[in-house]
Amino acid sequence: MQWETVIGLEIHVQLATKTKIFSGASTAFGAEPNTQACAVDLGLPGVLPVVNEEAINMALKFGLGVDAEINRVNVFERKNYFYPDLPKGYQTTQLDKPIVGAGHVDITLKDGSTKSIRIHHAHLEEDAGKSLHEDYHGMSGIDLNRAGTPLIEIVTEPDLRNAEEAVAFAKKLHSIVTTLGICDGNMSQGSMRFDVNVSVRPKGQEEFGTRTETKNLNSFKFMEAAILKEVERQIDVLEDGGKIVQETRLYNGDTGEARSMRSKEEANDYRYFPCPDLLPVVIEDSRLEKLRADMPEMPDAKKARFISEFGLSDVDADILSGDQATADFFEAAAKGSDARLASNWVLGEVSRSLNTNEIAIANSPVTAEMLAGLIVRIKDNTISGNIAKKVFEALWNGEGKDADEVIEKKGLKQVTDTGAIEVMIDEVLAANVQQVENYRAAPPEKRGKMIGFFVGQAMKASKGKANPGMVNQILKKKLDS
Amino acid sequence: MYEKTLSEQSQALAAGDISSVELTQSYLDRIKQLDADYNSFITVTEELALTQAKKADERRTAGDASALTGIPLAHKDLFCTEGVKTTCGSNILDNFVAPYESTVTRKFREASAVMLGKTNMDEFAMGSSNENSHYGAVKNPWDTKAIPGGSSGGSAACVAARLAAGATGTDTGGSIRQPASHCGITGLKPTYGRVSRYGMIAYASSLDQAGPMAKTAEDCALMLNTMAGFDHRDSTCMDREVPDYTATLNDSLEGMTIGLPKEYFSTGLDAAVEQRIRDAVAEYEKLGATVKEVSLPNLELSIPSYYVIAPAEASTNLSRFDGARFGHRCENPADLMDMYKRSRSEGFGEEVKRRILVGTYALSAGYYDAYYRKAQQIRRMIRDDFMNAFEQCDIIMGPNAPTPAFNIGEKSDDPVAMYLSDIYTLSVNLAGLPGMSVPAGIVEGRPVGLQMIGRHFDEGRLLNAAHRFQQVTDFHKASPFKA
Repeated sequence: MQWETVIGLEIHVQLATKTKIFSGASTAFGAEPNTQACAVDLGLPGVLPVVNEEAINMALKFGLGVDAEINRVNVFERKNYFYPDLPKGYQTTQLDKPIVGAGHVDITLKDGSTKSIRIHHAHLEEDAGKSLHEDYHGMSGIDLNRAGTPLIEIVTEPDLRNAEEAVAFAKKLHSIVTTLGICDGNMSQGSMRFDVNVSVRPKGQEEFGTRTETKNLNSFKFMEAAILKEVERQIDVLEDGGKIVQETRLYNGDTGEARSMRSKEEANDYRYFPCPDLLPVVIEDSRLEKLRADMPEMPDAKKARFISEFGLSDVDADILSGDQATADFFEAAAKGSDARLASNWVLGEVSRSLNTNEIAIANSPVTAEMLAGLIVRIKDNTISGNIAKKVFEALWNGEGKDADEVIEKKGLKQVTDTGAIEVMIDEVLAANVQQVENYRAAPPEKRGKMIGFFVGQAMKASKGKANPGMVNQILKKKLDS
Repeated sequence: MYEKTLSEQSQALAAGDISSVELTQSYLDRIKQLDADYNSFITVTEELALTQAKKADERRTAGDASALTGIPLAHKDLFCTEGVKTTCGSNILDNFVAPYESTVTRKFREASAVMLGKTNMDEFAMGSSNENSHYGAVKNPWDTKAIPGGSSGGSAACVAARLAAGATGTDTGGSIRQPASHCGITGLKPTYGRVSRYGMIAYASSLDQAGPMAKTAEDCALMLNTMAGFDHRDSTCMDREVPDYTATLNDSLEGMTIGLPKEYFSTGLDAAVEQRIRDAVAEYEKLGATVKEVSLPNLELSIPSYYVIAPAEASTNLSRFDGARFGHRCENPADLMDMYKRSRSEGFGEEVKRRILVGTYALSAGYYDAYYRKAQQIRRMIRDDFMNAFEQCDIIMGPNAPTPAFNIGEKSDDPVAMYLSDIYTLSVNLAGLPGMSVPAGIVEGRPVGLQMIGRHFDEGRLLNAAHRFQQVTDFHKASPFKA
């Protein structure tokens, strides 16, 4: 039987506010346990929540960024359950009237076509704390630093049809929230966590199959692997005549193993109801207008502009516009140099070096300005493309403040003096008499390839510094004469 | 001095006739001498009180004093007070010392009022008789066989017994007005949002409101001047100017229209209580007010509505008392669930458990629409009833309770009978209106109060009406020790 996969995602995005959603405690990552939890986060008797307006603004920016309806009156509700890392015995979240309503995100598929994925809604909520089960000998430790960190939970419609689309969507969402500056996008620190709802159905069937939810995937790689694994499992079960049980599952990225966490029968009754400590949040026109005016250029618009303004290919523009830091780096490097070269360098040497060394582009030792200076020297023939790679490496290793200094110090300036190149070429030709004879005996259509040998020899003799174009030109003249 | 009003004490302090240390010491002595009979305090902060009194005297000497500087007050034991135990009348908080100060008590501290201690109350403010305290029942100073009313029973009793010049209370369904009525003192529940709830341990967040309890309306005005006002820590607190409530106390009542809801005088109301209310209203007519019958057609629905909404909110407000971070934890829990179950079973009393269960049920899947949503719709109807009534009158008057204080133990086995006794007060909380109780006479040796209800944020008019009444009557001067 032919199977079709149906996927919907729920994404928790940690908002980049300085303080928590209902208290003044810091949200910074990595502090000593329980040093960033105040009386409100601890749920001490008598304390009350006060909404962080910046968290509201960030949720609204997300809504504007995905063309969503904004619910002008949205309401915080209490979701009640007992757990040690949930200090108040309830999580303050939004259910009936979330701040962001229906919207959409467009993704580019491998074949170049575009698919629109519908956002069902996005709501604001507070994060819970963390339970620490190691090191306590039969007891558990509780760290409430994360308790009260603002999140938006984004829920999609079941519009995704395979793992690849899901990943493309996740990456696009990542680029949207980082472009908006509402999330640092640091997935390994849990700034974005994905829950995937997966079901399969016989191709052509309209009705959805029974779905399972795999929770808390914190990398694109794990998400893809978890989906592939779950789809395979479900098809196996169904083809063996079994039934899919609606359940929550856990996927371990390190071992690649998945297991059931709880079935729907064991699900809690969360007894949602509007939080009486918080008034409904009313969004005024003026607030939305102000936010709209401050909106950054979104990834889709940026991509279109990169294509029209810089003549980049669709693929290159897609990658460069996909991440705010990368886009900014590219634009800064392209400024005053050459956009096409800048694009090649950012997607080539820069990305490679960053990946190898696991450095974020914002912390690149070769800054966009340094790269621009380097490209200028390629353009004005001071150095060749090959030499430029050496200069880049030197800059990466901190051997100079800019390209000019490295070129000067290492004497890498391209030789463009015709006389000097001619002397060099004459020496090469004299040392390779046999090859010259072969060349001259060859038919013209084969000569193109054979000339490469002489170019190589000449470049080697010049230690790479000779202008390759001139070498080519002079060689041709001398060999063909 | 203890028979004097807060205002008179303030004048005596200002005139130098007495120091705050002397005044405070005299109250501390009285508490030691008498409170074993009433059980109105859970904690007496003797040392702190004397330190604060000394400081208050220094402020007076320095010419930096307000009306409340040096006045000895008591606070209901649900206002968190830094460094002093806050129990909420519950075993589960028997060892709880808050690391912060509630806004209300902070404001009194900043005015250099003295805190004598923390008063007894129904556990988590759930009750109408003060029999639900982990620290034992409070007794009515007028008759120690009688309940003082609840849940601010300790505050009402300590003011009535002249153990404090004034006290703070909170009112979720009548918890200031009803005990004020039963103990023969004056109490005001302000408009919801008038006084900050920050640091007040929540019972039902959308109904709770703190207010003053004292001998007279003037004293309540002085206290409200300090308590009221915007607080950025409480989202439901209103950003509205606080008028000087003492400035309008003597305004004329000429032309004021009093509304008497006919539903307040139907079956169930004790005839002697009704007579005291009608006599009080007649007194107002002499002061120039006109009387009109109004109607609150949905009054009866306020009881079921209240007893869904309040427990629903309470059931989740009280979830944090789980033994994990503070308060009581059971010994040697077998696992997490065991810790939750036993800590809460041991920590909470019967009435609290009853309301948590009712509230949990009302919010549970499949019942939410039938109970909670319906109750909210009724709440809206009740508010609308009041709004309609206030188109025809300026102030609504009636009884606080159907009878004078009943005897301790009389209704404790019948929670529903107990709930029904709150019929005249609950609806005011559901509508978020200000309400007040003013002494209006004695029935069979037990005080009876007149309830007055105002428009939103019309506390000034309530205090004005109460004050004028107290200028021409002596009910507020009656004392269990003079009778």
